[in-house]
Amino acid sequence: MDSITLIAMASIVTAGLTIAIGGIGPALGEGRAVSTALSSLAQQPDAATTITRTLFVGLAMIESIAIYCFVVSMILIFANPFWDHVIAQVAK
Amino acid sequence: MHLSSDALILWQHGFFKLNVTIVTTWVLMLVMVVGAKLVTRNLEHRVNISRWQSLLEVIVVTIRNQIAEVGLKHPEKYLGFLGTLFLFIALSNFCTIFPGYEPPTGSLSTTAALALSVFIAVPLFGIAESGLGTYLRSYTRPTFIMLPFNIISELSRTLALAIRLFGNIMSGTMILAILLTITPFIFPIVMTLLGLLTGMVQAYIFSILATVYIAAATRAREEALD
Repeated sequence: MDSITLIAMASIVTAGLTIAIGGIGPALGEGRAVSTALSSLAQQPDAATTITRTLFVGLAMIESIAIYCFVVSMILIFANPFWDHVIAQVAK
Repeated sequence: MHLSSDALILWQHGFFKLNVTIVTTWVLMLVMVVGAKLVTRNLEHRVNISRWQSLLEVIVVTIRNQIAEVGLKHPEKYLGFLGTLFLFIALSNFCTIFPGYEPPTGSLSTTAALALSVFIAVPLFGIAESGLGTYLRSYTRPTFIMLPFNIISELSRTLALAIRLFGNIMSGTMILAILLTITPFIFPIVMTLLGLLTGMVQAYIFSILATVYIAAATRAREEALD
């Protein structure tokens, strides 16, 4: 196998694994956050605005973990620096 | 397929490059500045005000109340900075309803610039509120051992601000581009709606996080008095 094939294979497999494994944690975390927020909303409907605002901020913070994984996998697929390097080497 | 609108260069003269991100940013700025200028040209002070003045008043008062709710004492001082952040990000994400539009917030250079302006504004507001010495001493709270961690958190949250906004908006446009090749008719519209929602939420998150950071920095004096 030449290095181009190796890099392509490693990048694609790693991109898939990154978003797959990186999605598990935030999914569980968001589920817990929403269920807790819902039960506190049911207990204290008066505090709805505060709970909702905190929930949204918290959800975005949790979600950004998944977004980081997504950015990494996108970089691996569409803007892979190693891939570009090897292509430049071959073109020389 | 391109990762960001930085790669689309419209005009180039030597070192100077004019890419789509810069052009869209300036067009948005022009729209906001000219629009605000036109509306505020003849402000009225009676019961029947014009629709546009009413819209602007709603926006400004809502932003001011949100800042006050986070716990900043004089929201007017921070209204200019935080309101500008929110309005720019919100407008730039909202305009994705126009076809062929590339949101400037979907490029890492724009979001990094916005995050850097927050990174600089937080100590400036903190020093203006509590003085240089008190602000710098707030880094050594609760103990002196926490000094490097406080500095690291300052840097990492700036990085997180930039990557979060970039990732959310970029993923929206990327998913749209991928869906258009798979299911070209109805489903991309649904995803555009979802993208609009995430865009608004991200604009809110970005400005509320900036508000929280500024509130934490300006609280240094109260903690020193305790």
